[in-house]
Amino acid sequence: MTADVSSSRPLVELKGISKRYGDLLANDQIDLVIDRSEIHALLGENGAGKSTLVKILYGVIEPSAGEILWEGKPVTISSPVEARALGIGMVFQHFSLFDELTVAENIAVALSSDWSLARVRARLGDISRAYGLALEPDRAVWTLSAGERQRIEIVRCLLQNPRLLILDEPTSVLTPQEAEHLFVTLDKLAADGCSILYISHKLEEVRRLCRQATILRGGRVVGTLDPRAKSAREIAALMVGTEVGEVRSGLPHQPRGEMLEVRDLSMPAGGLHGQPLHSINLSARAGEVIGIAGVAGNGQGEFFEAVSGEVQQADAGCVRIRGKDAGRMSITGRRLLGAAFVPEERLGHGAAPRMTLSENMLLSRHATDRKAFLGAAGVVRERAIAMASQRVIEAMDVRKSAPDPEAASLSGGNLQKFIVGRELDRRPAVMVINQPTWGVDAGAAARIRQALIELARSGSAVLVISQDLDELFEISDAIAVMHNGMLSRPIPIGEATLEKIGLLMGGAEPGHVEHAEEPA
Amino acid sequence: MRIELVKRPQRSALFSALSPFIALALTLVAGAIMFSLLGKSPLDALYYYFIDPLREVWSLHELAVKAAPLILIAVGLSVCFLSNNWNIGAEGQFIMGAIAGSILPVMYPDFQSWIVLPLMMIMGMVGGAAYAAVPAFLKTRFNTNEILTSLMLVYVAQLFLDWMVRGPWRNPQGMNFPETRNFHDYAVLPEIWSASGRAHWGFIFALVAAVLVWFMLSKTLRGYEVKVLGQSPRAGRFAGFSSSKMVFFAFIVSGALAGLAGISEVSGAIGQLRPTISPGYGFTAIIVAFLGRLNPLGIVAAGLVLALSYLGGEAAQISIGVSDKVARAFQGLLLFFVLGADTLIHYRIRFVATVSRKAEVSHGNA
Repeated sequence: MTADVSSSRPLVELKGISKRYGDLLANDQIDLVIDRSEIHALLGENGAGKSTLVKILYGVIEPSAGEILWEGKPVTISSPVEARALGIGMVFQHFSLFDELTVAENIAVALSSDWSLARVRARLGDISRAYGLALEPDRAVWTLSAGERQRIEIVRCLLQNPRLLILDEPTSVLTPQEAEHLFVTLDKLAADGCSILYISHKLEEVRRLCRQATILRGGRVVGTLDPRAKSAREIAALMVGTEVGEVRSGLPHQPRGEMLEVRDLSMPAGGLHGQPLHSINLSARAGEVIGIAGVAGNGQGEFFEAVSGEVQQADAGCVRIRGKDAGRMSITGRRLLGAAFVPEERLGHGAAPRMTLSENMLLSRHATDRKAFLGAAGVVRERAIAMASQRVIEAMDVRKSAPDPEAASLSGGNLQKFIVGRELDRRPAVMVINQPTWGVDAGAAARIRQALIELARSGSAVLVISQDLDELFEISDAIAVMHNGMLSRPIPIGEATLEKIGLLMGGAEPGHVEHAEEPA
Repeated sequence: MRIELVKRPQRSALFSALSPFIALALTLVAGAIMFSLLGKSPLDALYYYFIDPLREVWSLHELAVKAAPLILIAVGLSVCFLSNNWNIGAEGQFIMGAIAGSILPVMYPDFQSWIVLPLMMIMGMVGGAAYAAVPAFLKTRFNTNEILTSLMLVYVAQLFLDWMVRGPWRNPQGMNFPETRNFHDYAVLPEIWSASGRAHWGFIFALVAAVLVWFMLSKTLRGYEVKVLGQSPRAGRFAGFSSSKMVFFAFIVSGALAGLAGISEVSGAIGQLRPTISPGYGFTAIIVAFLGRLNPLGIVAAGLVLALSYLGGEAAQISIGVSDKVARAFQGLLLFFVLGADTLIHYRIRFVATVSRKAEVSHGNA
């Protein structure tokens, strides 16, 4: 193989890739070409077929039809081992690291046995310097931030000299500053000849990073373009298929009485590496949306559990709902006070995956809608529940394949619309929602955000915990930042800037924000 | 080369329904092979096992006698297994139910009234439920594994029964045999239709329990709670259901039904306590529960099938002289094939060729 012959060809070419699951065509005749040194974006809503496509490329899934050309030669990639042997590396959205092991050990574990720990350390130093991926080889992984963990995954790929690096939604766990740092690394990598396939649904970062983008919708390629040459709105329209309506906040908010108060809430860490909460104070008034920003794993999950009552507090006064002490109430008791909750995980937390949508209606509403849903002796009134479920499906435009399908069979966005709709249908006085549009397509996300704003404007208090800063800026009246189990003062949306929030997310103390900004 | 189980994107509805029958068929094939290895004619053996016991009315009664405890126990176990509580100790709860239910006829033989029998049944249920509450308590309080604790308590119960019938409860007029006095007439569970055979009211209890538990599981909020906590505990907690209360509920229901099975067996079929009162009903019921797909109505059918394997075992022992242990082997085969068929409905097998070292080396040079 001589360099000049192969360099005239693209590095990898997918031709007519299709993947069928039963009746569902997840990938339909997809063509994709990635050149050497190219950062190529793969854009699409959730359920558009992005994950299926990269899993085919990485050897996790066998395609039903189509071929893959690697440097012009047809190849079959039937396992990740073979993909890595070709020179394909992948950084998944969810990390696969051992918390108890050190950075170097985690890397050595994933490599073949001829990589000794000493060799890993030596190369780790080289790569860290070359690409600005600072890592201490002897730190235990559980002490690291999400951004640092992601670096381990990237370094792990780089040690195998990849020709093509695939990154799946890499910035979802990063602060804006960390994301910018990642982009610099990726630019350097590309300059050194490594091709990058960058999967994302965030248009701005794709425009920052990529010159080529392939857009998928419903399993098909709907466009291949230079993202800088088109406006974000045009690209979004291609992804969603229709123009995405912008969320309108309607009337300026006029907060009234306190609906949800959190006073000096502290909680010890739940698990071995859980995040303890340190004296959190917060209040949300009727009519307003309070956003809570923060990098994943800084206590948002624990805070949600404490506020929802999945974990109860010893002090009754540290969570108050509509003026009543609720700290020692169960989640059911808090719901009966008028609160509603939507957790981060859809499957297995907000909904039981193997149960139908109408069965899932009962999950959070068996107590609040007892009269409507249950007859004598707790007999379930299936008719009434099916009707309520239908009402939610219509109100939120939930798309599904069967009249009453299992929750697990819905796409992420549609299930989220159902879960949010299930709570909105109750007209709750307080709504606490964790990651409302995580992994949700743009159309569904806009719908959910609009619904949250409307709920607030109709006189409820809405608390939104999110890692998506764009989302928080779009819908919040004030944003507080969670870092290391502590919550900053809420910053009114008029005064909040991306830099300010980003610094707080990185751990600048609330009082020092203005100060930290000065040198810049 | 290695073998992987790959999750199927969809379950086949047809094969989900067929799977118990496929498992039965495979059990018969494997059984036939086993008999021919033992030097017996497979056809004769299968005939004595599965056909002969069904030919006469009295032996149909025997079938009901054997099926009653299996169905009662398995119906209770379905609540446990659906809620993800692995109660393996129904055999012990059966025995404790039998002992608790026998207190009145053994210790107060002179108390003779129509009220004795209902009291015995209630005490049997309480005994079984209380014994099942022990692993439930250990699980919720100390996070112990209920599989181990419930199983180990079986041996405690067996030895306790052995000691009782040899010691404090031995029949004073029993010539030192290790058994209690015979129950008086008021303490004997009547036969359903005494003209034609031995089947007693235990079988009716089993059918009633199956229908009640089926209704509870499929139609009420409590049944919903059982299923949600079993399938996704986190979603159950989000719903506000308490998983520790569910542990107690499941164990107490299944313990009570196992206890009822125990006292029904002793009072209906045996008439006294002996060192051994169960040919492993509590364990066989685990197979019944799974063969019945954890559906109480399916369990009624599955209980009859497994009861047949007990009867067939006796018949084959007499007619063709194979060991009665063969019945256990049959039950084991059946469970194996049931679980295997269920697994293959959800997963398919993939053979993966392991990549040779060569590929990595050539990459290293590239």
